[in-house]
Amino acid sequence: MSMRLFELMLWAAGKTVLLSAVSIMIGLAIGLMICAAKLSPNKLLSIPATLYVSLFRGVPLLVQLLLIYNLLPVLGIMVPSVVAAVAGLSLCTAAYQAENLRGGFQSVPRGLLEAADMVGMSPWKQLTRIRAPIAFRLTLPALVNEAILILKASSLVSVVGVIELTRMAQNLSASSFRPLLFYSVAGAMYLVICWVVAGGGSLAERMLKTGSRA
Amino acid sequence: MSLDFDLIFERLPEILSAFWVTIWIWVVSNILAVFLGFGVATLRRYGPRWLDLLLRLLVEIIRGTPFLVQLFLLYFGGPFIGLSLDPIPAGLLGMTVYSTAYYSEIFRAGYNAIPPGHVEAAQCVGLTRGQIIRRILVPEMTMLVLPQCVNMAILMMKETAILSIITVPELTLVVGAIGSQQYAFVEAMFLLALFYWFLVELSGFLGRIAEAKLSKFRFAHS
Repeated sequence: MSMRLFELMLWAAGKTVLLSAVSIMIGLAIGLMICAAKLSPNKLLSIPATLYVSLFRGVPLLVQLLLIYNLLPVLGIMVPSVVAAVAGLSLCTAAYQAENLRGGFQSVPRGLLEAADMVGMSPWKQLTRIRAPIAFRLTLPALVNEAILILKASSLVSVVGVIELTRMAQNLSASSFRPLLFYSVAGAMYLVICWVVAGGGSLAERMLKTGSRA
Repeated sequence: MSLDFDLIFERLPEILSAFWVTIWIWVVSNILAVFLGFGVATLRRYGPRWLDLLLRLLVEIIRGTPFLVQLFLLYFGGPFIGLSLDPIPAGLLGMTVYSTAYYSEIFRAGYNAIPPGHVEAAQCVGLTRGQIIRRILVPEMTMLVLPQCVNMAILMMKETAILSIITVPELTLVVGAIGSQQYAFVEAMFLLALFYWFLVELSGFLGRIAEAKLSKFRFAHS
């Protein structure tokens, strides 16, 4: 493989990382809202949130992507395929992240909140000082896991015409008749990216652990 | 925007046969993968060290790369090393290899979760290694790993949709093709999504029933 082709693959790997990172971030924001809605005592909020989580976790991502990609133009929304792809990935990961966050928030020890009540902390202060930091620390491993899953799942956006690592490997192997080479290189790049994310995740966990006073 | 679902329902027989393709690939690959995954976990635990390292590397590679890339490598790269497979065998093989890696990790965790005292007690009364595996480890582990196996099987149900990309005539491919031919792609995808949702919720429900029924066999944790 020439240097030029390798550079193309690297560029595509960068695009995969970018797509996944943006989707994870948007998914985290949506996931927080869904999680808040699901934990809310108001049924008008919690039932739709539960339905959302069940629906987006119960349908294959490929089907979600195809549906969103083809539904948007029917609704009169004309966007580039990258936007549809990021929307699909974000909506899907939001459902998983909402569940992870719910687990985190529900595992905050009750005693801490009772103690906060005793010293007269307002509910908002309890959220920002106690519940959110602890829940974040508890969900971090799940978040890293989800990031790796989305990195791998982002290969599916190749079917809606977004040029990322998988699509690039597909194009290059079609034009050079060397699928073994290009798919192996693509696989190796995914592997390296996943290892880096996993390594960074466990580093962050260790740092948070030493910073905790509990 | 108007949706006409009758355009899709007209082709119900084709959809049903695609449904069977999805179901049998899913069932066969999962059953194979459970046994192979158990074998891999057992070899890694009781086999020589080099085998453990080799299998671990393979499992890491399979778990660290997208299923789609693995399928492309097998389906398009295979013929270059003398492995020319039709879509269905390639899909079945790909699914089996992919799920084996994940199941083997479940069983590895299951082996580690069994209290060592049970094995020591079995050794004390003179059970052989084969007997310990068959009569102590396997029954105890079955209960421990059942929930994760159900989860994994459900995840794999959703992964079968990816087989459509290498033209396995399963549900997603056939319903998508019908949608294109009838100029009703959105309707087709909508029905498809509802269908998978129903399948996934149903398998989750059945899995929970199975767990509840079998939970009486659970041993007390030490």
